Amino acid sequence: MAAATSDETIRSLETTAREIRSDILRMTHAAGSGHPGGSLSVCDLVNALVFHELRLDPTRPDWPERDRLVLSKGHAAPALYAALALRGYLPREELLTLRQLGSRLQGHVDRGKLPFIEASTGGLGQGIGMAVGMALAARLGPTTYRTVAIIGDGECQAGSTWEALLAGGHYRLSNLLVILDRNGYETDGPTESIMGIEPIADKLRAFRYHTLEISGHDYREILGAFAEARSVTTGPTAIVARTVKGKGVSFMEGTHTYHGKAPTSAELGRALAELGAPGGAAQ
Amino acid sequence: MTTVGPAESLRDAYGKTLIEVGEQDPNLVVLDADLSGSTRTALFGQRFPERFFNVGVMEPTMMSIAAGLAISGRTAFASTFAVFGAGQAYNVVRQSICYNHANVKIVATHAGLLVGGDGGTHQILEDIGLMRGLPGMTVIVPADAPTTRAAIRAVHARDGPAYVRLTRESLPVVTDGSFQIGKAAELRSGNDLTIVAVGALVARALTVAEELAQVGVSARVLDFASVKPFDEPALLRAARDTGAILVLEEHSVLTGVGALVASTTSENYPVPVRRVGVPDVFGESGDPWALLDRYGMSLERIREEAWELLRARGKVQ
Repeated sequence: MAAATSDETIRSLETTAREIRSDILRMTHAAGSGHPGGSLSVCDLVNALVFHELRLDPTRPDWPERDRLVLSKGHAAPALYAALALRGYLPREELLTLRQLGSRLQGHVDRGKLPFIEASTGGLGQGIGMAVGMALAARLGPTTYRTVAIIGDGECQAGSTWEALLAGGHYRLSNLLVILDRNGYETDGPTESIMGIEPIADKLRAFRYHTLEISGHDYREILGAFAEARSVTTGPTAIVARTVKGKGVSFMEGTHTYHGKAPTSAELGRALAELGAPGGAAQ
Repeated sequence: MTTVGPAESLRDAYGKTLIEVGEQDPNLVVLDADLSGSTRTALFGQRFPERFFNVGVMEPTMMSIAAGLAISGRTAFASTFAVFGAGQAYNVVRQSICYNHANVKIVATHAGLLVGGDGGTHQILEDIGLMRGLPGMTVIVPADAPTTRAAIRAVHARDGPAYVRLTRESLPVVTDGSFQIGKAAELRSGNDLTIVAVGALVARALTVAEELAQVGVSARVLDFASVKPFDEPALLRAARDTGAILVLEEHSVLTGVGALVASTTSENYPVPVRRVGVPDVFGESGDPWALLDRYGMSLERIREEAWELLRARGKVQ
């Protein structure tokens, strides 16, 4: 299936990814806080969903048939805000209001402030349950949308994540796709030294998920996995996307330092230079 | 004047009303967490299996799934015991339901000491305080089956999250079922003293008020089933008219209706307030009604507190 992905599609996604990454850095820098590490790791997955996979119409954010994207790891809000802004849901300049008093861009995604956000999340292990409820609602009809939940690997330590996964498998929700942003780090350090979750793919299979393991930064693998997930009709699909925390910025990669810490002005300059992305939100 | 009638099950009233509402509203879905026989949602499940989800023992995730269904346009009722629905699931109720303004109605049974034999682990005495503190949450504590029926219809008709607190034990019928959200029901008029009560203790309030009437003391009895929104005008009228308020609740006095009454009168029209409820302790196994007596809510204690207030107001020697 990966062969069906054209070079043009890949190039287009790489372009939007660069824009989203630079906006994530500008936003968190302007806010002086936030979660750049986990936003950069999930960036390519969110980008591929928002610009390729999901059935969306920015001119009709309340379209009943739109696909639902639930960012269960709500702290990666900058990645979703940046992607949706680029897709036309909100003005790109507004991204720099992240986390400021009065802003619609809350520290964790908030559907009360931004109507095209499907679920307000933040406390971990809840968005995945809400996604299960949305998928059940679609099954009751008459709508036919699909629901995608993005969860974090620290979030896989939460019991409620497994409650929700159990329910998705039990109800054989073939209209549900769960994507794990497996960047290997949580706030205090590596997941495997804090509370290991491996073998995570085996666990998901045991919970009745058609489980795929891919690189979360390789668009051919990402789009191939999405296509395969759509073809599965017997139950839910899980994608374990191996990612790099801080992906795209050399000094942020593979460390938990920037899990919850914004870049300084000097770091922002270096990072943007590395990305080679001068455009985007105003500075 | 309202009298204390025969006992009727609040849970049965809930289960039957849910079916009636479900027949009228095809959009209604119901969830339970492996206690559907006890909560009576099983009745709905037998009638509408395609709209019923028994998710097993996962109360927090029952709440997030209910929120997802509600955000997707359904009206969701979620039931379990109060200790699990308000306690175990608290932060999911807070974030997935209230923060998301999801149209989920939590109908929690087996609240308070009246759980009886299961003991202190299951007797939640903090749930009114927990749920009342959540922005956007409606909190209803019915005193009997007629109010339960009215409350289920009322929360179904009202958009937004709600918490309805029911008891395991059947309770005497004390109202005519004319419950309205945001309104206190005056079950007995009087000007010497006000007794504010919720849930199982409304019947005891009426009993003591009747005893007081025998000796020439007129006690007003207010059923505050609508804990939130709270009928502040009715409370302040009572404060002005009677000058003293006794509050009865099967709940911790630290965070319950007594605390609400005391703070509201204190800010607006200070009068002596005394709180009858459970002190800062957990419960234990035992006969449900004996537990109420043991933990500070006996008729004798209620009488003593009433007379204490009357003496403080100089209405008796």
